[in-house]
Amino acid sequence: MRTVTANKTVRAAAVLAALLGLMTMSASAMHIAEGMLPVPWAIGWGAVCVPFVVAGFFSIKKKIDQAPRAKILLAMCGAFAFVLSALKIPSVSGSCSHPTGVGLGAILFGPLTMTVLGLIVLLFQALLLAHGGLTTLGANVFSMAIAGPILSWLVYKLLRKTKAPAAVAVFAAAALGDLFTYVVTSVQLGVINGGMVKFLTIFAVTQIPLAIAEGLLTVVIFNVLEKYSKTELHELQVL
Amino acid sequence: MKVWQKNLILILLVAVIAAVPLWLLPDAEFGGADGQAEEAITELNPDYEPWFEPILEPASGEVESMLFALQAAIGAGVVGFVLGRITKKPDRKAEGQG
Repeated sequence: MRTVTANKTVRAAAVLAALLGLMTMSASAMHIAEGMLPVPWAIGWGAVCVPFVVAGFFSIKKKIDQAPRAKILLAMCGAFAFVLSALKIPSVSGSCSHPTGVGLGAILFGPLTMTVLGLIVLLFQALLLAHGGLTTLGANVFSMAIAGPILSWLVYKLLRKTKAPAAVAVFAAAALGDLFTYVVTSVQLGVINGGMVKFLTIFAVTQIPLAIAEGLLTVVIFNVLEKYSKTELHELQVL
Repeated sequence: MKVWQKNLILILLVAVIAAVPLWLLPDAEFGGADGQAEEAITELNPDYEPWFEPILEPASGEVESMLFALQAAIGAGVVGFVLGRITKKPDRKAEGQG
């Protein structure tokens, strides 16, 4: 009996060591830094984002008309993204990254609304913190404020169709949207520089625990909304 | 289970998720990211020259952490304000239904 347990412990330790060994080649995942995209790509990603941002403004107006009392929730979604993207959290890869916080807004107001709010967060960080950048703003908006929110929104709608509990759908939507943002970032870098698999392995691994954390925090807020703002959630067709 | 109890558990879980890497990897650097991403690019593409510099760079790590704290504080302030607003409802009936 004892040897069996000992064996198991040894095996677990070996697997863990192997995993950690793989992870030491870490870089961590965050926005693409200023000047790190060649000019045509910088312009290209910027151009791709323009229609989404424009549609985002219309989407916000539509949502507010549809549910005027939800305006205050819109402010909160922006603020939530602000908080979460300021939290650099250590990850199992031995480096730090931060969540995006855009899943909540995508679930409540749809992905296009989050394009605008995400743009604001990214601008703040690019201008004041030298984190991300103006020349890479387009690429970063695409990953964090377009691709991530769209995936979050799709996951939420799909899971709700299958009658999954709202909290489960919220968790999955926020966590997967967060992860997807960094998958897109890796692809954006991989397409230009090669080494797609390298970027993907590094970025995705770092982000996994953070994505789970973001999912949980989004559920925290959603729990409160579900109890106290049911009317607004119905008006926004979230529930 | 009450909402605050559920949420307390979820928040504790998040704290655990953030703390476990520190405990698992006592020797890791937990460095900031952009720099490392840049390294990866230079490694793959040694000829690449960044063609644009940040317009404003925080004067030091201290200033940068202040700005990040400020960002989180502004966000948390607004989130707290809104949560306070929506959880204080004069009309008790609506709460009863939830």
